[in-house]
Amino acid sequence: MEKKFLKGNEAVAEAAILAGCRFFAGYPITPQNEIPEYMARRMPQVGGVFLQGESETASVCMIYGAAAMGKLAMTSSSGPGISLKAEGISTLAGAQLPAVIVNVMRGGPGLGTIQAAQSDYLHATKAMGHGGFRVLVLAPSTVQEAIDLTYKAFGLAVKYQNPAVVLMDGWIGSMMEPVTLPEAKEPVRNNYTGWGTRCFNPQGVGVVDVVSSCLLEPDRQELLNIHFGEMYETWARDEVMVEEYMLADAEYVIVAYGTAARAARTAIGSLREKGVKAGMLRPISLYPFPYDALKRLDRNRVRFLLDTEMTLPVQMKDDIRLGVADAVPVHSCGRSGGVVLTNEDIEDALLRIVEEEGK
Amino acid sequence: MDALYERPKSLTNRATGYCPGCLHGVATRLIAELIDELDARADTVAVLPVGCGTLGMFHFNTDVVVSPHGRTPAVATGVKRSCPEKLVFSYQGDGDLAAIGLAEIMHAANRGENFTVIFINNGTYGMTGGQMAPTTLVGQKSTTTPEGRDPAGTGYPMTMCEILSQLRAPRYIARFSLDCPANIVQAKKGLRKSFELQRAGKGFTFVELLSNCPTNWGLSPLECLDWMRENSMKAFPLGVFRDRED
Repeated sequence: MEKKFLKGNEAVAEAAILAGCRFFAGYPITPQNEIPEYMARRMPQVGGVFLQGESETASVCMIYGAAAMGKLAMTSSSGPGISLKAEGISTLAGAQLPAVIVNVMRGGPGLGTIQAAQSDYLHATKAMGHGGFRVLVLAPSTVQEAIDLTYKAFGLAVKYQNPAVVLMDGWIGSMMEPVTLPEAKEPVRNNYTGWGTRCFNPQGVGVVDVVSSCLLEPDRQELLNIHFGEMYETWARDEVMVEEYMLADAEYVIVAYGTAARAARTAIGSLREKGVKAGMLRPISLYPFPYDALKRLDRNRVRFLLDTEMTLPVQMKDDIRLGVADAVPVHSCGRSGGVVLTNEDIEDALLRIVEEEGK
Repeated sequence: MDALYERPKSLTNRATGYCPGCLHGVATRLIAELIDELDARADTVAVLPVGCGTLGMFHFNTDVVVSPHGRTPAVATGVKRSCPEKLVFSYQGDGDLAAIGLAEIMHAANRGENFTVIFINNGTYGMTGGQMAPTTLVGQKSTTTPEGRDPAGTGYPMTMCEILSQLRAPRYIARFSLDCPANIVQAKKGLRKSFELQRAGKGFTFVELLSNCPTNWGLSPLECLDWMRENSMKAFPLGVFRDRED
């Protein structure tokens, strides 16, 4: 177990290589530029491929081509570039191919700002492209977690033959922290198990691969859509990741992920010193979302939840409300557009709501 | 008795999905014959576009990867770079290559990617019902240029061989026509040369094949061939535009 001091973006890139990724294509966009830059240096050292695509659209299609050939592949970008990748991500999902997409989020919508934000929760968890598909979405809160979740994302992508997304914000991408690196996995060729071959060249099964997100016949497409629905159910059962922090006696529960959760942790310490029993529920997998952890909260004890995000209007609130079935009030607080969310912001917001509710 | 003519092994045993008289069938067969002749079936990856060319997934008895619209050269880049030992070709129509996929073709060519692009130019969007393509001729009617293509608002046909020839990296760029047996024989020679150059690792090769669309041109298969000779082949002169020696 090698210890290093790494920047989040570089950590994600190294974790991908350790997970066996040998193909990366990307396009410059702030705040994720260290990922392609690191890959440009590192991939040739491990016999892998680095490509700077002519666009984000082309880059994701390059990894689609590599994934079709059974290679573990990754691309990275930030909001505006992730929008451009929507076509390719939908195609990966439709063709049942594994790949990892990293979104180092910045302020939005549109070109927005280049500063760190959490503006793409809805895009990542509900619809990263057309056609009604889902991707696994993992949200690191530390550089170590950025490594561990990127490493895990490859495993999940292969397990489910589906794209997986590492959704982090620009803060995680640009901060440096001491980390422990996981063991290097040998790159293996992933066999194509999608439906294309048996739809279009049944005699070719086991001989040739027909990789396609285009099944042409409505009845076949419907069967695939139903298959996807069943797969997403298994994710909800098997792949939820959540951290529960000081929840045992909590009367006020902050729900936050990524960098917002770091600020929330500090705020909770300060609130506890003042005798305010605050705790945190931190979704690590954003899709599947930890609805059950919310359902388990003691509704007699918990006075309200505080959805805390680095984006306004907050985007996770509907999911939180579903989790508690509106049996507990859900408030929100946050900063947006790349403005820094501080622990004081969270503490003030929480205390203000406590005071208002006490009136 | 020896068989003089049979289905190439690189084609599946299936009736054509193309319209009667469509030259996609000829192009598809030429490619399949060539793959057989090069004994490359097990090592070939066909990267297919969006459009009529997508139907190749029914026909090519090789590995096939269907690309998003126009991204075909980017997908082929991913395929070839991750498996350099494969014989990789992209098969693209004019909408796919010269409109929505212009960035991808220009940059794959400019990087000198070591695969072959086969460009089927029939001057129309066949699959979607005959809309104007970047290669639609001046004055040619389409469902989106009902009075004929007027350069004042829609520009001129894009000559992709000539445009790509402005780049330094491509190894081979040529245009052929599928209108008659003599030209089909020439087209096959150009395809062979491209595949052989690719196998020798010589870089980007591009073969444009002038084709037809009886359905959307509203002409019989035979009339189409005459129309190609009188119109398409004049606007898109045949020839080798690049044959760069190392």
